[in-house]
Amino acid sequence: MNGLLGKKLPGRAVPMIGCVSVFLSFWIAVAGFFTLLGIEEPKERLVIQSLYQWLLISWDQGRFSLELAFRMDPLSAVMCLVVSGVGFLIHLYSVGYMAGDDSQPRYFAYLNLFTFSMLLLVLADNLLVMFVGWEGVGLCSYLLIGFWFTDLDKARAGMKAFIVNRVGDFGFFVGLMLLFWTLFETSGGAVTGLSFGQLQEAMPRLITARPIWNIEVATWVALLLFVGATGKSAQIPLYVWLPDAMAGPTPVSAFIHAATMVTAGVYMIARLNFLFLSAPAALAVVAIVGGVTAFGAATLAVVQNDIKRVLAYSTISQLGFMFMAVGVAAFSAGIFHLVTHSFFKALLFLGAGSVIHAVHHNDLRHMGGLRRYMPWTFLTFMAGYLAISGVPPLSGFMSKDEILWAVFTSHLPVPGLGKALWALGLITASLTAFYMTRLVILAFAGTYRGTPEEAHHLHESPPVMTGPLMALAVLAVIGGAMGLPAPTHLPHALESFLKPVLGDHGGSDPVVHAYGMEVLLMGLSSAVAVAGICGGWLCYVKHTEIPARAASRFAGIYRMLSRLFFVDELYQFLFISPLVKLAKIAGHFDLNGIDAGVNLTSWLTTKLAVLVGWEDLQVVDGVVNGLAGVVQKCGDQLRRLHTGKIQHYLYSVAFGLFGLYIILLLL
Amino acid sequence: MTYSLSSFLMVSSLLFCLGLFTVLTRRNAIRVLMGIELVLNAGALNFVAFSRFLEAPEGAPLISGQVFALFVIAIAAAEAAAVIAIVLSLYSMLKTVDIEQYQQLHG
Repeated sequence: MNGLLGKKLPGRAVPMIGCVSVFLSFWIAVAGFFTLLGIEEPKERLVIQSLYQWLLISWDQGRFSLELAFRMDPLSAVMCLVVSGVGFLIHLYSVGYMAGDDSQPRYFAYLNLFTFSMLLLVLADNLLVMFVGWEGVGLCSYLLIGFWFTDLDKARAGMKAFIVNRVGDFGFFVGLMLLFWTLFETSGGAVTGLSFGQLQEAMPRLITARPIWNIEVATWVALLLFVGATGKSAQIPLYVWLPDAMAGPTPVSAFIHAATMVTAGVYMIARLNFLFLSAPAALAVVAIVGGVTAFGAATLAVVQNDIKRVLAYSTISQLGFMFMAVGVAAFSAGIFHLVTHSFFKALLFLGAGSVIHAVHHNDLRHMGGLRRYMPWTFLTFMAGYLAISGVPPLSGFMSKDEILWAVFTSHLPVPGLGKALWALGLITASLTAFYMTRLVILAFAGTYRGTPEEAHHLHESPPVMTGPLMALAVLAVIGGAMGLPAPTHLPHALESFLKPVLGDHGGSDPVVHAYGMEVLLMGLSSAVAVAGICGGWLCYVKHTEIPARAASRFAGIYRMLSRLFFVDELYQFLFISPLVKLAKIAGHFDLNGIDAGVNLTSWLTTKLAVLVGWEDLQVVDGVVNGLAGVVQKCGDQLRRLHTGKIQHYLYSVAFGLFGLYIILLLL
Repeated sequence: MTYSLSSFLMVSSLLFCLGLFTVLTRRNAIRVLMGIELVLNAGALNFVAFSRFLEAPEGAPLISGQVFALFVIAIAAAEAAAVIAIVLSLYSMLKTVDIEQYQQLHG
C-alpha cells in the first residue's frame, strides 16, 4: 500500500493525469488511514513495507543494514492525508490558474514530483530515505520557484531557496552522519540501521555515548537536525528564502507553504520526538527559535505591500508557532496546528492567487473593493482570514490556543521561559489578526484603486479555481473539530490518534489540568485576536491616516521592518560578498597562478618535443635510413644475378650440381 | 642377346645429357620443353632398368620401379600440357616464343 503511494506516475502532457494521480494517492492515503483505524489496539497501528535492501555494510564488529522501507503509522497517515488531500485541491486549482501557460506539462510534472518527494519524506521508515525525500522537496521547490526562469529575478529566487536549503541540509546530513557514527561505535557487534524503530531502541546508547565537547551526542544530533529543519521550514536564521519563494506561480506558493516542504521540519521533529525528548537543551532552543521567529515574522508581515509576501511572513510566523509547540514537547499540538494551518494557509494563498489572477499584480496598494467583483473568493478568503486570526471556534483558534496553553504550562529548563514565550506568542497572535485584517481590508474593502481599465477586467475566477477554495474554506472552518480543547470534555481525536507515535507529552496532563486557567487563557487569546482585528479596522478603515503617521513617527523602526531587519543585507555582507570576493580571488588565482602553471608546462613540453623531434630526426631516422641504405646496396648488387633469363638460372643449377658432385667425389 | 645394366644406364645418361644440352642451348621455348621431356625420359629409363636388373631374393621382379616410370610419364604429360598452355598465353601476349625475351621478372 505504501509502495503504491510512492510509485505515483509523473505528470504527462495533460493536467488530468497530474490531478488524477494525486487524487489516487489521496484515496490510497484515505484507505491507509482507515486500515490503521481498523486495527483495534492503538499501539499496533503500524504498517511497515520494505521494498528491498538498499545498503548493507559489514565490518568486523557488526553490520549496518538499510532498507528502502515505508512506514504507515498514525503520524504519517495524518501527514499523507494532508499532503495528498490539500495537494490534490491545489493541483485542481492549478488547472485553472495555469490555463494558457505553454509549459503546463513541465509545471504538472514538477508539482507531481513535489508531491511524490513529500510523500516519500513522510512515509520513509528510516532517516536516509527521509533524506532523499527531503532533498527531493528542496529540488522541486527550486524548480518551481524558478519556474518562470526567463525572468532573472525569479530564477535568482529559486537559486536562493535552493542554496539556503542546502545550508540547512548540510546540518541535517552532518547530524545524520553523527548519529550513524555514534550508533556504529556503540553497536557492540549488533546489526544497526537508521530506521525509526531501531533508532528508538538505540536511544539509551546515544545518551550514554561519549560527549563531544562536554555536550551530549543526543543534543548535538538534535541541534544539527534542527538546523536542517530551520532551512526547510524557514525559521531564523534560514527563513530568508521563503518570502522570495513568492516568485513562483501562486499555487506553488500555496503548495510549498501549506501542504509540503515547510512542514517537513515540524514533521521531522515530531517523528524523532524520542530523540528530541532526550535532548532537553535542544528542545529549548527549538522553542526559543520558534517563538522569536513567530514574533519577528509577524512584525515583518505588517509592513509588506505584496499580498503574497504578507502571507509568506505569516507562514513563517505560524511555523514559528509549530516549532514553539514541538519545542515544549507538545508534539501533537504542533501537528494539529500544522494540519489546520495547511487548510487555512492553502486557502489564503489560493484566494490570493485568485485575486492576482483577476488584477494581474501583487501590490495591495492598488487593490481594493474586490468584494463586489469576486464574491466567492471574498467569502472563502474571509473564512481563512478568521481562522488564521484565531477567532473561535474556527480551526486556527483551536490549534493556536492549544499551543499557547502547552507553552504556558511547559517545563522548560530555564524558569520563566515558558511564560515569556507564551507572552510572545500572545502578542504574535494579536499581530497576526492585525496584519490579516489589514490585508483583507486593503484587498477587498473600499473601492478599487487601480486604473479604470483594469477595473473593467475584474472578474471572478472559473469554478475549477473557486471549487478548491470552497472545499478548503469548509476544512478551515471545521478543521478545529479534530482537537477540541480540554475544558469542553470532548475527546481530542487527533491527539489520541497520534498518541502511539508521539507519546503522552505536552501540557494536557489531566491531573494538573487547571480548566479554569485554560478557559481564562482561551478568553485572553480570543480577546487579543479581536483586539488585533479591531486595531486593523481602526487603522485601515476608520482613521486611515494612522499608519502613515505611525510610519513617519517611528521612521527608523518602519524602515527596519520594511527592509526586513536588514537580514538580507547582513547575509549579503557576511556571506555573499565574501564569497563573491573569494570567488574573484580564486578566479584571479586561476588566471594568474594555475593558468601560468599550465602555460609553463605547455612551454616546457613544446621545448622537450622539439628536442625529442631533433633526436628522432638525427639518430633514429639515421639508424633506420642507414639500415635501409645497406640493404638497398646489397640488393643492387644482388639484382645483377637476376637476369630474368631462365637459361642462366639453369646454368647455375647445372654447375651447382656439378660442383656438389665434385665435392662428393673429393670427400 | 643380353644387355647388361650398364648399357641401359649409358643410354639413359646420354639421353639426360642431350636433354640438358637442349634445355640450356635452345632459345625456342618449345625446344626447351622437348629437352625437358628427354631429361624426364632418361629418368624413367633409369627406373625401368634398375627394376629389371635388381631382383628380389626369391627371383620375383621389383615392380615399384616400373610403377615409378608410369608416374613419370603421367607427370610428364601433365607438365607438357601446363607448359604448352603457359607458352601459348606468353606467345599471345608477347608475340614470340624466344625465351630470351621472357625477362619481365628480372630484378
